[in-house]
Amino acid sequence: MTSPTDHAPRPRSPKRPETALPATGGKAPRPGPRGGTRGGPRRAGQGGWTPWLYLAPALVVLGGLLVYPIYQLGLISFLEYTQAQVSGGQPTTFQGFGNYATLFGDSQFWQVLLATVLFAAACVVTTLGLGCALAVLLTRVRALPRLALMLAALGAWATPAITGSTVFVFLFDPDYGPVNRILGLGDFSWTYGRYSAFTLVLLEVVWCSFPFVMVTVYAGIKAIPGEVLEAASLDGASQWRTWRSVTAPMLRPILVVVTIQSIIWDFKVFTQIYVMTNGGGIAGQNLVLNVYAYQKAFASSQYSLGSAIGVVMLLILLAVTLVYLRLLRRRGEEL
Amino acid sequence: MPLVRRPWRLAAEASALVIAVVVAFPLYWMVLSAFKPAGEVQSTRPRPWTLSPSLDSFRRVFQQQEFGRYFLNSLLVAGTVVIVSALVAFLAATAVTRFRFRFRTTLLIMFLVAQMVPIEALTIPLFFQMRDLGLLNTLGSLILPHLAFSLPFAIWMLRGFVKAVPDALEEAAYIDGASRTRFLWQILFPLVFPGLVATSVFSFISTWNDFLFAKSFIISDTSQSTLPMALLVFFKPDENDWGGIMAGSTVMTVPVLVFFVLVQRRLVSGLGGAVKD
Repeated sequence: MTSPTDHAPRPRSPKRPETALPATGGKAPRPGPRGGTRGGPRRAGQGGWTPWLYLAPALVVLGGLLVYPIYQLGLISFLEYTQAQVSGGQPTTFQGFGNYATLFGDSQFWQVLLATVLFAAACVVTTLGLGCALAVLLTRVRALPRLALMLAALGAWATPAITGSTVFVFLFDPDYGPVNRILGLGDFSWTYGRYSAFTLVLLEVVWCSFPFVMVTVYAGIKAIPGEVLEAASLDGASQWRTWRSVTAPMLRPILVVVTIQSIIWDFKVFTQIYVMTNGGGIAGQNLVLNVYAYQKAFASSQYSLGSAIGVVMLLILLAVTLVYLRLLRRRGEEL
Repeated sequence: MPLVRRPWRLAAEASALVIAVVVAFPLYWMVLSAFKPAGEVQSTRPRPWTLSPSLDSFRRVFQQQEFGRYFLNSLLVAGTVVIVSALVAFLAATAVTRFRFRFRTTLLIMFLVAQMVPIEALTIPLFFQMRDLGLLNTLGSLILPHLAFSLPFAIWMLRGFVKAVPDALEEAAYIDGASRTRFLWQILFPLVFPGLVATSVFSFISTWNDFLFAKSFIISDTSQSTLPMALLVFFKPDENDWGGIMAGSTVMTVPVLVFFVLVQRRLVSGLGGAVKD
């Protein structure tokens, strides 16, 4: 069982003095003992261009299809760019921060931003809580129930977002869905109200993303050597104390990874909102930033405003990633 | 873990089983509804079983829509992305783990940051880029962007696998007179293969899932469309064809499930016994 962020079984090497990220951007080669450190044989001045040769295809693809579009996104957000410019009829003009001024002056933008943050937070908390609780549960049961839960979770994990969304809409359908009948809700429409619609999407998002957390955390718990726990109990530590002083600190790196991944995923949920609430809900009540940007650009041809929203999203996610990097650095994890 | 007293364990096992049933229920309902005959799917008193399973919905899906063609298109896009990104990521991961060079850390941080980019936000510039490349309405407009979006995560994930191959192995290969290229493809590649397969799952899923690019870049030539677009056709303003939607969803979900199951076995074969002491 490997999880997406599991950095594969790797030998624990003795901690080296320079494990923290060098502030200089890693100038090679560093003097020092070369006794079996990771990173392969490296001698000064050897294979100087080989790594770049290996990197070339990746850099070409990423440069052309990721970096360049990001630059374009930024550029469009400073221009006047509507249907007239797209069809090539009119020259575009530089707007400076005009598009951003328009955007920040629009109360709907702030509503959507707030909704996005709250919705993502609710998804993250629920996913992590459920994922961790079930990971602990997995360690307490025998093989058969464990296999059943693992298989069910893997099924949910493998389900494509779009089919998961359609199935949940059907499950909660006011006329034909089994859920309302089981819960005795009659013909209550989940997608009609703003909060019930968000709840419905949250349920789907949690359903398809808790398995990743559960499997990763379970693998982390399993990786804690038995001797350590045994030693703790021999020293007379209570279960709670063992958890607090031994298990939790050892799991912290994994918890950081799953938390950050969940934040990044849930903040940019698109397909579920789009499919389940029919493009952002009644009168846009269920819009999140990602869908909002798309609607601005492709439904109303306001490409500049859509791009400006995209830039705002990028900056928020960049901030989250920087926090993640700081946490990694504090742990002295070698990149 | 200290042994839990028996009633506790029984409670834990019962709840694990109940949760497993709840988690599996949506998938069960999807497959069940796909096999229900026409009159039974849209009944206001849905039953959790069917006594007369039928293939009507599947037939309708494959006849009404060119579902077979869409399926092939989806497979072609995801397959190309998986294979190309695995190779490209393998080379890049090798470069950043087994060499020291200037800007290495900067690159790694860039790969990490690249993972958080919301691809939906880039739909706008990508649309113009694909238009200028003349790729709109072709599968290329789906393959290229997804290649770029799968790469950073693939590189990041493969790093661990490449790192886990001991240096001693590399040293030994050179001592035996192997060239760097030979070591790369004949020794490192097979050892990292399980990692490549694991990584492929994620490239496959994210590409197979795509519906935004298909919606935005395949505008006029529906023969180049992919599965999700076919699925959305069954949503009608007056009355959704739920049987069709569930059958289509089943067809779309099964390959991913199969892929997952296959890969599970692959992963176990890990890196054990790479170096014989």
